[in-house]
Amino acid sequence: MVKVTIDDIQIEVEEGTSILNAARQIGGEVVPPAMCYYSKLPGTGGKCRTCLVEVAAGSERDPRPMPKLVASCSTPVQDGMVVKNKTSEKVHDNRGAVVEFLLINHPLDCPVCDQAGECNLQDLGFEHGGAGTRYEEERRTFDPIDIGNKIKLHMNRCILCYRCVHVANQLTDKRVHGVLNRGEHAEISTYIENAIENDFSGNMIDVCPVGALTDKTFRFKSRVWFLKPMDATCGCTKCSGKAVVWMFGNEIYRVTARKDKYGEVEDQEDGKPAWICNDCRFDKKEIAHWMVEGPRKINRHSVISQGQYTSPRGNSQKKIANGN
Amino acid sequence: MARRILLEHDNVPGIETFDVYRKNGGYRSVEKALKKMTPQEIVDEVQKSGLRGRGGAGFPTGMKWSFLAKPDGVPRYLLCNADESEPGTFKDRYLMEKIPHLLIEGMIVSSFALGANLSFIYIRGEYMWILEILEKAIAEAYANGFLGKNILGSGYDLDLRVAPGGGAYICGEETALIESLEGKRGNPRMKPPFPAVKGLWGCPTVVNNVESIAAVVPIINDGGDEYAKIGIGKSTGTKLISAGGNLARPGVYEIELGLSVEEFIYGDDYCRGIANGKKLKACIPGGSSVPILPAHLVTKTAEGLDRLMSYESLAEGGFVSGSMLGSGGFIVFDEDQCVVRNTWTFARFYAHESCGQCSPCREGTGWMEKVLNRLEHGQGNMRDIDLLAEINKKIEGNTICPLGDAAAWPVAAAIRHFREEFEWHVTNKEEAQTRNYGLLKASM
Repeated sequence: MVKVTIDDIQIEVEEGTSILNAARQIGGEVVPPAMCYYSKLPGTGGKCRTCLVEVAAGSERDPRPMPKLVASCSTPVQDGMVVKNKTSEKVHDNRGAVVEFLLINHPLDCPVCDQAGECNLQDLGFEHGGAGTRYEEERRTFDPIDIGNKIKLHMNRCILCYRCVHVANQLTDKRVHGVLNRGEHAEISTYIENAIENDFSGNMIDVCPVGALTDKTFRFKSRVWFLKPMDATCGCTKCSGKAVVWMFGNEIYRVTARKDKYGEVEDQEDGKPAWICNDCRFDKKEIAHWMVEGPRKINRHSVISQGQYTSPRGNSQKKIANGN
Repeated sequence: MARRILLEHDNVPGIETFDVYRKNGGYRSVEKALKKMTPQEIVDEVQKSGLRGRGGAGFPTGMKWSFLAKPDGVPRYLLCNADESEPGTFKDRYLMEKIPHLLIEGMIVSSFALGANLSFIYIRGEYMWILEILEKAIAEAYANGFLGKNILGSGYDLDLRVAPGGGAYICGEETALIESLEGKRGNPRMKPPFPAVKGLWGCPTVVNNVESIAAVVPIINDGGDEYAKIGIGKSTGTKLISAGGNLARPGVYEIELGLSVEEFIYGDDYCRGIANGKKLKACIPGGSSVPILPAHLVTKTAEGLDRLMSYESLAEGGFVSGSMLGSGGFIVFDEDQCVVRNTWTFARFYAHESCGQCSPCREGTGWMEKVLNRLEHGQGNMRDIDLLAEINKKIEGNTICPLGDAAAWPVAAAIRHFREEFEWHVTNKEEAQTRNYGLLKASM
């Protein structure tokens, strides 16, 4: 076990833990945002640079500060390390800059984007983005390509986090898409126009932090905050069968995996992430397919919570009942 | 007179063949190393020599070697970085083209020192003809028993291969080079772990520049202490400088580190001054990614001392009034050249060569290129100059690999030293739009 201090809060974590995961163990405000790191997908991280933190002291043995900001998702903690996230002016400035970089070419089409309301970039822009833009050039656009009848790829919105590439590598039999070209022109694509069809390819939608990969069966059907997310299970043999069904009245509009507060797929009892298969996601849209467990808890700061059963008052009553 | 150690025999006819090279004292260091020395002794000699990496960063080679992890039963690799793609740098090309056996000799000794039994020369895709030269030379070395099984009866086996890249600047970054060599997309890796611990195929790996490996040969022949006597202070030995731009006699020069910049630009043994009797305006002393220096800071430092061709002296004054020795791509500008246009050219290069992996570099290099494009063509405004300075501050240090820094430094330095020229482009829009340096005429 090693001791690490993040924003003046000390915690003991296992050796080899990244700064980001140590911060997540503390929880709350000290957790740096992450757009590309996904704890359930080994190999992700380091690319978006939104999780940059300042290391004020490298370790007990060598207390010198690190000269540059480091990516907290891929830097392991050392014993006696002192990390500044919220408390560092430099981190704040540079995170703002990274958000600006991510937004200069990102289309401002939130009003028609299916991801709106559950978009990491929206949240990040809200917290760190500027009110105006300094980018006078035309935004970059890509030719649209068709990757099949279930998943919609909207490359203009992509921030190249590489998460979907890792999903295809780690969850599906065969990866048919990847990153083509370099620099500004890098894009997610299939080399020769090809459908991404695989039992688990739909998870690419869940891991996408922006609206670059969306569900074609849900496209333009509803805004997410008009729907009620309900925990539901089905007796699927391919996957965990644990999902969230997004309902309007008694109709199921879409099915997603169960995500935790960092937007990552929750673990099952056996510790494996509860990825769901394409059958559950795209084809089981009848209420008879699912056993609905009850409303899903959504952070009350989220715009999605407005359509929820549990009102703030309900929460407070529960709190009183629990004695806190 | 110029001190020639690496390029001692570059003008001997037929030096690219094994026989002529051997007659001129070639492969002595292999005999000495394999028969009389232990690997650790070689590493010690290189550490004593004070040799610093010639690829640009100037990290001590011996120290890099000593960091190599040596777990049991795991192969180790030595990779030679011949992906020389920094604009303005062409020294490795000359060395490999002229004396390919020097590199091979260095590779054998270095591989022996590091305990590598398979080594690669990773060469950029644009150097295809050099690939043939190297392969021919390697075949000769195999035929004469300097490569292959049981070299010179010492029991040491070494295979040496040349691997061509696809011609990407980013593959000169050591972890991107390793990715490319593994057959993947040339994206730099996250560090740590460093290649010395987990490199090629997850095994401990050392990546060295062509010139660094070639310099191991004289170090072993004459001893590390002897080599350390050449040069000045912590900049020991000789360095190949690729001098280009508006010089009377551009070319590849081998210099003793510590030579004065004045002597190098104006000396008869070297570049013989600025071409066509023009005046010096600016100089980029270490390849396109290092800060540009205005004329008054080229030959003298800000304190008025003579500036020398050494790692320390060129960096004197930090980034405020100094630069870096870098890879030794010495680019000189005469009074007619436009710094804004040149900065735009560099920015275009970096925007084109960014791998697109991390956001600040992917978006930032493209943004800088567009703003500079506007400025150069008379469509910018004063705000853009500050914007540029702001963007490059936000790229620098925030990226996975040093390409972001390399893209940011030249822009930052150009604005720092030549701000009035940027402003001229804003205030003289029409002239900036029509000016074309004869390029347009030539193409019409």
